Amino acid sequence: MAVTAPAVEERPEPAWRGILQRNGWTLGLLGFLVVLLVFTKLIQPSYGVSGVQGLAIAILPLALAAAAQAVVVISGGIDLSIGSMMALTSVIAATRMEDQPPEVTVIAVILVLAIGLVLGAVNGALVVITKVPDIVVTLAMSFVWAGVALLVLRTPGGGSADWLRDLVLGSVGNEWIPRAALVLAAIVAVVWIPLQRSRLGLSFYALGSNELAAFRSGVSVGWTKFLAYVVAGLFSALAGIMLVASSGIGTPVPGPYTLLSVAAVVLGGVSLAGGRGGLAGPVIAVVILSLLRTDMTFLRLNTNLATVAQGVILVVVVMIGTFLTLRRKAE
Amino acid sequence: MTAADGTVERNRWLTSAGWRALFRDRPVIPLIVLLGILVVVSELVRPGVVSPGWAGVIMRTAVPLAILAGAQTLAMLTGGIDLSVGAVGSMSGFVVATLVGGPGLGVAILVALTVAALAGLVTGIGVGVFKVHPLIMTLGMSLVVLGLANVWQIQMVQTGAGVPAEFRTIGSTLAFGILPYSLLVFVPVAALILFALRRTGYGRLLYAVGDNPIAARLSGTRPWQVLIALYVITALLAAIAGFLYSGLTNTASVTLMDTQVLPSVAAAVIGGTSILGGRGGFGGTIVGALILTVVSSLLVSLGSPEAVRQILFGAIIVVVAAAYTRVTSEG
Repeated sequence: MAVTAPAVEERPEPAWRGILQRNGWTLGLLGFLVVLLVFTKLIQPSYGVSGVQGLAIAILPLALAAAAQAVVVISGGIDLSIGSMMALTSVIAATRMEDQPPEVTVIAVILVLAIGLVLGAVNGALVVITKVPDIVVTLAMSFVWAGVALLVLRTPGGGSADWLRDLVLGSVGNEWIPRAALVLAAIVAVVWIPLQRSRLGLSFYALGSNELAAFRSGVSVGWTKFLAYVVAGLFSALAGIMLVASSGIGTPVPGPYTLLSVAAVVLGGVSLAGGRGGLAGPVIAVVILSLLRTDMTFLRLNTNLATVAQGVILVVVVMIGTFLTLRRKAE
Repeated sequence: MTAADGTVERNRWLTSAGWRALFRDRPVIPLIVLLGILVVVSELVRPGVVSPGWAGVIMRTAVPLAILAGAQTLAMLTGGIDLSVGAVGSMSGFVVATLVGGPGLGVAILVALTVAALAGLVTGIGVGVFKVHPLIMTLGMSLVVLGLANVWQIQMVQTGAGVPAEFRTIGSTLAFGILPYSLLVFVPVAALILFALRRTGYGRLLYAVGDNPIAARLSGTRPWQVLIALYVITALLAAIAGFLYSGLTNTASVTLMDTQVLPSVAAAVIGGTSILGGRGGFGGTIVGALILTVVSSLLVSLGSPEAVRQILFGAIIVVVAAAYTRVTSEG
């Protein structure tokens, strides 16, 4: 026995199995999304290219907001100021881009991204320096950023650059591949994938799983926390720019993005306790949430029931997640 | 280290510790001083503005916020937070406004309180039994309540009865031009909360659960029972605040109190209640609500836009919370 047992254990597991186990939740979500798409097609046979394109554009801002929230939550924090940062960056972008030549608008977009980094840096610095719980700091900063947004622009207005609108509208090559989806994939690929593979990305996960253990293994806790908020600021600025791109104007009043981003992150398999999950799950969760709402209109159900459904789904998913964690602990 | 050094250090330590103890154990005293300063500033900025009538208006505005913040304080004492107070409060005011024309005021209030209590019961079961994070649970519950209230709104669109006259009288009129009638509701409610927190076993259980849930459980408490009762109480308080607020503003809307959720957290934080649980009380929260009301009235009288008010609110929360954190972590 003692001789044979190790031999059995040493047999390498197939690679796909590890991938399946690690990404089980995300794959499950993807499966659910496919079922939901088929269901949508069944109840509304006319749902097709335009539906998919509309969906892709509609989810873009929320998907990026969810990405911002996911980075912070993975690092063990929470950011309740994402919606306000989106409002602020969107009004800055819309006012700077209105009736400007393309070169100026490109500079404006870069400027807004830099502002996003600064907003995130202020959030992060306050969380790290004051040692006040992140919920309180970011809640307070959500007032501040929304107020600044109102100072920039009193009422919805401004304009979007043509190239920015063209970037998200329509499709590329095959008409089933909306540009908005490609933009989203590109942003996530450029910002998140290198980050996740880097030392810093590993530190995010380490910090989220166990702050003390991370500290003792040489992670600079304050610095890592700070940078998580900076990345969230960048994603929020991208989300704000996409709000302008898809709607054509900037809106100073924050939308429901903060709360929905928390919902999407939880549905997307990112543990609120930190240290688990990625960005794919939350993005798919955003698509599912949006599609559910569309389906409700197709079924001629009251759309307000979609709000109820979102709340119920959010709570039930978290309940199941907690239940599984508790059972794992009991075993 | 010489003896002289030691003495000097101990003296400095004593005085600063004295200050810290004051802030930590009796935050109400420095808060009242701050409130006094704000009143003086109001008078200096606009000579003649401070009068008995002004005080009455301030109290009238602060009462619904203080009750809502009371609910928030109770939740925060257990280490939780209740973001559903806005939705539950708005829903309650709205339900009464739609029902008062039919079955009458008494039945309407009873129905509204029952629905609110049911929402609180579900929240409490989620948080207490299924261990869903309160932030998520109350977020989900506010979506559910908002959605159902919207459905109700569409059902009830024909019978728009409006806010009952009794609510308008209690919520917005002043007796002898000084004392708002809402104190008739507020004083008993506040007395009950203060008494319950200081003198009853249930009040102590709230602190115990928030301070150290494991210790509370090991010493024979059943935290789930405490939490279920807690969220029923916060929902009922939110409903009462909703009645008064709908009377104050003479509006019945399903989103009426959404803007009051963050100020309710702010008032509790300013009042010295820790969002981490186990520390704080309702006395500070009342003064916190008064401070926020005076600040916003001061800003309005200065003619500064809503934006500045928001920015200042946010800044106040961060600064006050940072001060508390410094005081309590090193005391």
